[in-house]
Amino acid sequence: MGIQSNVEVQTEWGIVSARQAGRNLAKEAGFSSVDQARIATAISELARNIYLYANNGEIIIEFLENENVSPPRRGIKITARDEGPGIDNIRNAMEDGYTTSGGLGAGLPGVKRLMDEFDIDSRSGVGTEITAIKWLR
Amino acid sequence: MRIPILKLHKYLLISVQVELDDQTALQFQEDLLNKIHQEGSLGVVIDLTSVEMIDSYIAKVLGDVVDMSNLMGAKVVLTGIQPAVAITLIDMGIMLHEVPTALDLEQGLEKLQQELED
Ligand SMILES: Nc1ncnc2c1ncn2[C@@H]1O[C@H](COP(=O)(O)OP(=O)(O)OP(=O)(O)O)[C@@H](O)[C@H]1O
Ligand SMILES: [Mg+2]
Repeated sequence: MGIQSNVEVQTEWGIVSARQAGRNLAKEAGFSSVDQARIATAISELARNIYLYANNGEIIIEFLENENVSPPRRGIKITARDEGPGIDNIRNAMEDGYTTSGGLGAGLPGVKRLMDEFDIDSRSGVGTEITAIKWLR
Repeated sequence: MRIPILKLHKYLLISVQVELDDQTALQFQEDLLNKIHQEGSLGVVIDLTSVEMIDSYIAKVLGDVVDMSNLMGAKVVLTGIQPAVAITLIDMGIMLHEVPTALDLEQGLEKLQQELED
């Protein structure tokens, strides 16, 4: 199945569209209401970081289906990509309470806990790509 | 989009029925503080029954609203937080410390009355 949704994040409205797209896809995929909220919240955090720190970028939400394992594994993958300033110190950024913008510093460590898999690739001056997966139970 | 604020005696009642985007949340913060000032309100109940998601930004705005209202002398009770929202907030490590909460509007009003009697 190739269901995928790409949302440009350039304004605050992009944040809302991205999390709504994520919630819809999560619902269609059969996630529980709690997992729908987790996925929507994770997308909201990643989209907001793009908007705040990189000005613009995109969120890609994909339905994953792996038939080669038994039982087949399904899930939702979020990719947040920008060509912003990058994150200088990823270790700091992943700490609860660390913020450079007067926020709660809950975004990135929160996304990691909300989702099952989390990966961050960021280079100073090049940009940031974060991927996160939630598996259907 | 503006969130309506209802007045009931010395209280203000708000039921958030719209998707809380940033602009709406900030506008609400400002409207509520102005209304508390105008009406000399003693207490506020904010009902979140229809809110399906609270991220760190919205949580911060809500926490700030509570602190600002307290500064002005009005107590705030949050009501109706959905199970999925409560679970994600805890996953995120966000605790709304010292913010009184109740199950629904009615119990929220009772809680306000109790708090104001102490
Ligand atoms: N896409 C990004 N590009 C550049 N820097 C980023 C990006 N995302 C996060 N950061 C950096 O990592 C820090 C931590 O991000 P995190 O989302 O955890 O907290 P926050 O955005 O500061 O606050 P909160 O998300 O709680 O409102 C940010 O303050 C910022 O410095
Ligand atoms: Mg953030």
